[in-house]
Amino acid sequence: MSVSSSSPAENAFSMKGISKSFGSVCANEGIDFEVKIGEIHALLGENGSGKSTLMNILSGVYRPDCGKISVFGETRDFRSPGDAIRCGIGMVYQHFKLAESLSATDNIIAGLSKGQIFRALQTEKSDDRHISTMDPDVSVSPDQKQRRTGTNYISDLIRKFAKRFHIDFDPDKLASQLSVSEKQSVEIIKVLIRGAKILIMDEPTAVLTPQETKKLFSVLKKMRDQGCSIVFISHKLGEITELCDRVTVLRKGRSVDTLVVSQVDTYDLIEKMVGRKIELEIVRPAPNPERLECLRVEGLTYHDEKGLAKLSDVSFSTFYGEILGVAGLAGSGQKELCEAIAGIIRPSSGSISVDAEEISGLSPRSITAKGVSMCFIPEDRLGMGLVASMGITENVLLKEYAFQKGIFIKTDRASEKSDQIIKELDIMTPGVRHPVRLLSGGNIQKVILGREIHLHPKLMITAYAVRGLDIQSSHTVYRLLNEQKKQNVSVLYIGEDLDVLIAFCDRIMVLCRGENMGILDANHTSKIEIGQMMSGTRLEVIRTGVDYVSNR
Amino acid sequence: MFRIAKREKASITDSIRFRSLGFLAGLLLSMGFIAVLGYNPFSALVTLLIGAFGTGTGLRNTLTFAIPLATTALGLSVAFRMKYWNIGGEGQLLIGATAAMFVSLVAGENTSGWILVPMMLLFGFIGGAWYALIPGLFRVYFRTNETLFTLMMNYLAIAFVKYLYHVLWKDPLKSGFPGIRSIQEQAGLPRILGVSAGIIVPVILMIVLYVLISRTKPGYEIRVVGESEPTAHYAGMNVQKIMVGGIILSGGIVGLAGAVKLSGETLTLTESLGGGTGFTAIVIAWLANLSAPIILVVSFLFAALQQGAQIIQLRLNVPAAVAEIIKGLMLMSFLGSEFFLRYRIIFNKRDKSQSYPQILSASQSSDIETDKTPDKEVKP
Repeated sequence: MSVSSSSPAENAFSMKGISKSFGSVCANEGIDFEVKIGEIHALLGENGSGKSTLMNILSGVYRPDCGKISVFGETRDFRSPGDAIRCGIGMVYQHFKLAESLSATDNIIAGLSKGQIFRALQTEKSDDRHISTMDPDVSVSPDQKQRRTGTNYISDLIRKFAKRFHIDFDPDKLASQLSVSEKQSVEIIKVLIRGAKILIMDEPTAVLTPQETKKLFSVLKKMRDQGCSIVFISHKLGEITELCDRVTVLRKGRSVDTLVVSQVDTYDLIEKMVGRKIELEIVRPAPNPERLECLRVEGLTYHDEKGLAKLSDVSFSTFYGEILGVAGLAGSGQKELCEAIAGIIRPSSGSISVDAEEISGLSPRSITAKGVSMCFIPEDRLGMGLVASMGITENVLLKEYAFQKGIFIKTDRASEKSDQIIKELDIMTPGVRHPVRLLSGGNIQKVILGREIHLHPKLMITAYAVRGLDIQSSHTVYRLLNEQKKQNVSVLYIGEDLDVLIAFCDRIMVLCRGENMGILDANHTSKIEIGQMMSGTRLEVIRTGVDYVSNR
Repeated sequence: MFRIAKREKASITDSIRFRSLGFLAGLLLSMGFIAVLGYNPFSALVTLLIGAFGTGTGLRNTLTFAIPLATTALGLSVAFRMKYWNIGGEGQLLIGATAAMFVSLVAGENTSGWILVPMMLLFGFIGGAWYALIPGLFRVYFRTNETLFTLMMNYLAIAFVKYLYHVLWKDPLKSGFPGIRSIQEQAGLPRILGVSAGIIVPVILMIVLYVLISRTKPGYEIRVVGESEPTAHYAGMNVQKIMVGGIILSGGIVGLAGAVKLSGETLTLTESLGGGTGFTAIVIAWLANLSAPIILVVSFLFAALQQGAQIIQLRLNVPAAVAEIIKGLMLMSFLGSEFFLRYRIIFNKRDKSQSYPQILSASQSSDIETDKTPDKEVKP
């Protein structure tokens, strides 16, 4: 146990004995959590371990059933997020809440009065308690303030304010034109300008490229050096070791331990998080050496309803007994690619064939009728893959009712199959009729996987199959997909975590703005290379150093 | 002060408790209102109950009111299951009745009732279905807003019937007075114990719809489409075809309600034949949670309220508006109880001694804890 009992004076905040239950579910049970002034503290735990609840309590969204919160040495009782921000606690959510049609500046100052804006941007010089001034430019003389009060002036102040943390962005841009990482910067500045000295970052790297993540880390470190405290929620262990000073592990609503990151081994962390030792190695069985082509996509182009090109001229093939990974920033055309292959959307042009059988433009049912057994595990499991309010049996029926004879639906076979799926995949559910939306994320994913695997596909498309799943469930998914690969199924795996893509897939295709940037051999590539391709550099440009496309 | 938080799921005992409390509150409010008017609220209550259930005539009237309400609500429930907001029940009902009237008008005076009645009901179904299909096709193929479209179609239907009433189908025998002639005697539905035989229509429909929705392929498809259109696409369903089918069924049943009302109750077509049935049925369908058997029960209770309020109006000699207000108070209280089933109120004592440092006096944030922050961690 390495909990260093720090004196209260150097704590930014401390939470003691926090408990919170929702109905019969106890989300937090006597959690102790302390963060020092000027440290980056990781909060680690699986889904449902109580991280979000604890942070929602700290930021004033929920009130704890019992427990004590003190901030900078004073006991507080937050009744609303406003109370928390007044005490200097700000939360940067995973899903940004920006008004798309307003400029970054307007988004930042929305809800603040003129006086508040200037006080926030001006008082830095005098406010040396927690943040020491790094850049003297920021200070503004009072007459200057009176002369110029327009938005441009405020934008300038915000730009300078941001520079102190090495955040680089254009405050005059509309929020809709900002990149994901710029949007995140706006969110960070939003809470900083409201006086936050304690920042809660909820899985901030989930949406970033490796390069952007690096930049964010340097910003966060800068903020730490200036006396801010940061709570960093993540389940990527690599990031925690790279960035954080200490880590607190939560498990099943309790705080397990607080450790100094530099003195701890990743395997110990995982063990503490999961509660027992688990096999964490992602295995990659050798692909089928015959390399028989399964899916062939040529010149696939798709324009959405507004006429925007979501996919342009994408060509690739998948082979039997192989996993082809697809990397790319969120919204680079992954969803459209999957849906076009599965027959849910009709491509504008191009051809898609499975075993030389053309299926482009066919509906999912006509594809099945052609004898092509393909299955698709969509990104939005409850909104597309399943019917949320129905039980497992009725969800299994989704894929087979149409092939039954007569007008009445027969549920006996589907319910047998459901029992089998529950047993094989170890799904925790009170029964086959229990609505699937009430299951946990991991179990929901197992229901879809089980249903689709039982269709004995030869091509399997999975979109973000492990999104939101905890470590154990993720590994179950990897194991199941590897079994499919061994049974000579061709798997298309759309992924987010580059470490996983590199360790798990045989080849990796990188998409950027709907274009195929190139296909890499997973054995001979790096995160840096994939990151470059994700932000728009073609493989041949990286490998040869010559930009063929621009030279043309 | 207090906060409002979302409830996970109310238990059955809770739902019975809150609903009966709502009912009781409505009753108390109505009785208070009657007392304020200077009448004895207890005798008014007794009058209402006896008026609705206590006498043969009262019970027969209640059942007569219930038939179109239940049939219409059953029809609308099919559309609502697909999340197709069919607010056009009133118009579909009127057009259904108009189509039935048309059959009666073109048929000879001596056509057998065995041909007339089924033809009228069939035309009623077709009329309602066709009328629902106009906004339906626009919604399915052009993504127009069905709520506004179906609502507007109601007024069009009322105006059309007015035109028939005053001009096109005006009965010349009525010497200058507007009006359409009554249907042939044999075109009226037979009576069972003084109640129109139309009462079997909602009962049969209830069974048919129940089986259709829960046991058959089209019913399954309707449920999937209503839950999530992307899922339906994903499963390879033809969402447009399913929606059109559901809209035809929904409008058809509502049209049938109009034909049954014409043939079993009013015996002629007037612009006020609907009488708000299409709107009341929306409330009934939702109160019954779209469940076919419960729709029958709720319709009966609604009809009882309507009949009882009419009797109060007659016996206590109060204006018609009073009966309407009583109906409104009952409905409002009952619907109000739904709020407590979905949300709970948490009272918290504010500790006055506490003060906050004013780093920035950010705008006052509200104390209401809404859906913005769903209880993510809640798992069964």
